Parts: sequence; structure tokens; C-alpha cells
Amino acid sequence: MILCNLTSIAERVGAPRIVPTRGIPYPTGDPSLSPEAEKQWRRQLLERALQALQTAVHQPTVFEVGVPAQGEEAHA
Amino acid sequence: MARIVHYINQFFAGIGGEDSAGAGPALIDGPAGPGRRLAELLAPEHEIVATVWCGDDIASGMAADIVDLARTVQPDLVVAGPAFTSGRYGLACARVAAAAEQAGLAAIASMHEDNPGLDEAGTAPVVASGEVARRMGLSLDRLAGAVRRLLSGEPLTAEDGRIGKLARRTVMAEASAAERAVDLALARLGGDAVATEIPLPTFDRVTPAPPVEDTGAVMVALVTEGGLVPDDNPDALESARATKWLRYPLEGRNALAPGEYRSIHGGFSTAWANEDPHRILPLDVGRELEAEGAVGSLFGEYFVTAGNGTSVANARRFGIEWAADLRHSGARAAILTAT
Repeated sequence: MILCNLTSIAERVGAPRIVPTRGIPYPTGDPSLSPEAEKQWRRQLLERALQALQTAVHQPTVFEVGVPAQGEEAHA
Repeated sequence: MARIVHYINQFFAGIGGEDSAGAGPALIDGPAGPGRRLAELLAPEHEIVATVWCGDDIASGMAADIVDLARTVQPDLVVAGPAFTSGRYGLACARVAAAAEQAGLAAIASMHEDNPGLDEAGTAPVVASGEVARRMGLSLDRLAGAVRRLLSGEPLTAEDGRIGKLARRTVMAEASAAERAVDLALARLGGDAVATEIPLPTFDRVTPAPPVEDTGAVMVALVTEGGLVPDDNPDALESARATKWLRYPLEGRNALAPGEYRSIHGGFSTAWANEDPHRILPLDVGRELEAEGAVGSLFGEYFVTAGNGTSVANARRFGIEWAADLRHSGARAAILTAT
């Protein structure tokens, strides 16, 4: 699975599982947050990444944090 | 005389480098940067009346604002680029051209055919540029030729350097569809396996791997194209057009300290990555998830390259080598961070 900001490119080149991030220079961070909040955001990204890895996909699929992906059951 | 607005990034506008990648958009009177040469090539028939620039980090999401700025000087045409193989810049040029056409303004973009932005130009034509800015002269010659042709109302073809998707135009065929289909069938029976009226793109589609049943039961690898290496870049990873990938140990490490690791990626400002390397490689949270059992175990090394103008052939090779290596090492999933 891929964590990246430019999800349209990831989809076009056929990356199967995509988790969108907040900025090109910091895929698993967000410098606008406090260190604690940033680490929490990173954790959300990785937890979503693990969900993506455990989900069957048949085409490039975007797994946004907090948003069910197409064909995915809503996560609690 | 046609009035042209030229779109370029902050770097070519002379505003600044990565420190200004979040600035703009803004409008400058007349040509700037490569636009000066383009203006010479187009004079005296056509004039670059203004330049709009925007920082690479934000431009691809601001195409509509950029076009609004361009419209304030009533152009007949918007020209974007050349963007060479630069991903952020190419995506911005393509989207600006697409947004201009959507707003009823003629537009054209210039970039290399490997640029990932190519398919985002919508109905706007794209002409080929060279691979890197060293090819600026030739790229501008070709762009100027295409601009002249476009402004004279003639269609752009592959002979003009046009690349990407071509708009379909209605023409009268010499024979009916039935006759042509029979001709193609006869050609095929005669041994011609390539004759076609609809050439298919040669996309390399990878079938998605089946899901991992439980990430808590398998080894997961962290890999990145963000150019994160030990601080002295001991194996000289290239910051652009990488020809190799490298592997560094994570065993016994729970965090990546600033000063011990840095990103040498040449495609974006690495200030944030160097301040906290976890923004590129999330080892800290990866270890937490491992301790909690959400990840069975983390693979004992991370793989890294720099995805910046990297050729598709090399990138494909890296991907194949990574997958083979990880499979052999027992990892069953990989988390790739990309910039």
C-alpha cells in the first residue's frame, strides 16, 4: 500500500491501495500540528494503512482516514 | 496579435526555490524566466502580456485561482511550462491548461512525455519538452512552433510534438465501417497481427495482491521513495534520476533521530523531513503498533530510493526487486511512503 499526497498520480499508475496524506514533503506527518497531535495523525495514517492491507481491492482504491473506501464496510 | 499569459513555477519565475514552494499564485507583467525567450520566438506576431507563477507544493490544487488571475489581463491563450519531468510542476501545468480550457480560454502545456501530469490536461493540447531544464532551448523552440500553429487555427499533431491523449475529431472515412472491419480481418488472417484503427495504450497494469488476513500475524516492511538516508548519505543515493535503491537496518531501533537521518530527495524541501525523519519513514508509530500486536513484526531493514525524475524503467526495476527481496525475506506486506 502507498501513503502519498498526490493520490491522482497513484491511482493513474495503478497503485492498488492508497492512503491520502496532507503534504508532499511529509507523507507521514503534518508540521502544522503539535508534536503529540502530529504523532496521533501519523498513527491514524498507519492504522488506516493496515486496514487497507486487510481489504480486498480490484482496482486503485483510496482509503482516506475516517472515510470508508469504495466497497469497504464502514469502520467503527 | 494574440495576447498570451504564461504560467510557470516559483523557481522559473525567479521567486525562489523550495523555500517558496508554498507561495503564490501571483501575476507579473510581461514575460519572466523562460518566458523571455518564448516571447522573442513569438514576436512580433504574438505577445506574452503577463506571467502567472505559483509555488510547486500548492499549484496543482490552485488551477482555478491561477486561471482567474490570468483572465484579469484578457488573454487569447494560456501557455504552461515547459515542465520537463518535474512531477509537481507538470501536474500544475496540465491542470492549469485544463482549467483554462474549461473556462473557455485556449491553452497549451509543455512537458516530457514521462511527466505524471500528462494525462491531466483535459482538452488542452500538450507538446513534448525535453527531459530536464538543460533542454530548455529546444523545448521552447517546439513550444513556440506549436503556439503559432494553434493560434493560426490549425490542429496540432504528433508532428508538432503533440503528446498525450488526442481529442477525437469527426472525419469522413474512405470506406464504411463494415468494409474496413473486413479489411482488418483479412489483414489479420494474412498474418498482420498489429493492424488496428484503435491503438491501445501500453499501460502496465499490476493486479492487486490479495489482502493480508491479519497484519498482526505477519511481517510488514516500511519502504520509501522519500530519499531518507543516514546523515552522511554513505552510499551516495542520487537526489534526482536515481539509478539505485538502498537498504538500511532498523533492527534495535525504535526511532529515527533528527541529525542521524536526512532526506537527500531533490524534488521538494527536505526541511520538514530533516526536522523529524518519521515524517518520511514512520518507524516510531510502526514500533508502537508492533508492540500492541497490530503488526506481527516490522521487517528489520527499510528500503529507500529517491523518486524524482526517476525513469519508469528504473522505477519498475526497483519495484520488482523490492517485491522479490521482501517476499524472500518473509515480509507479507509493505507500506510505501511517497512524496
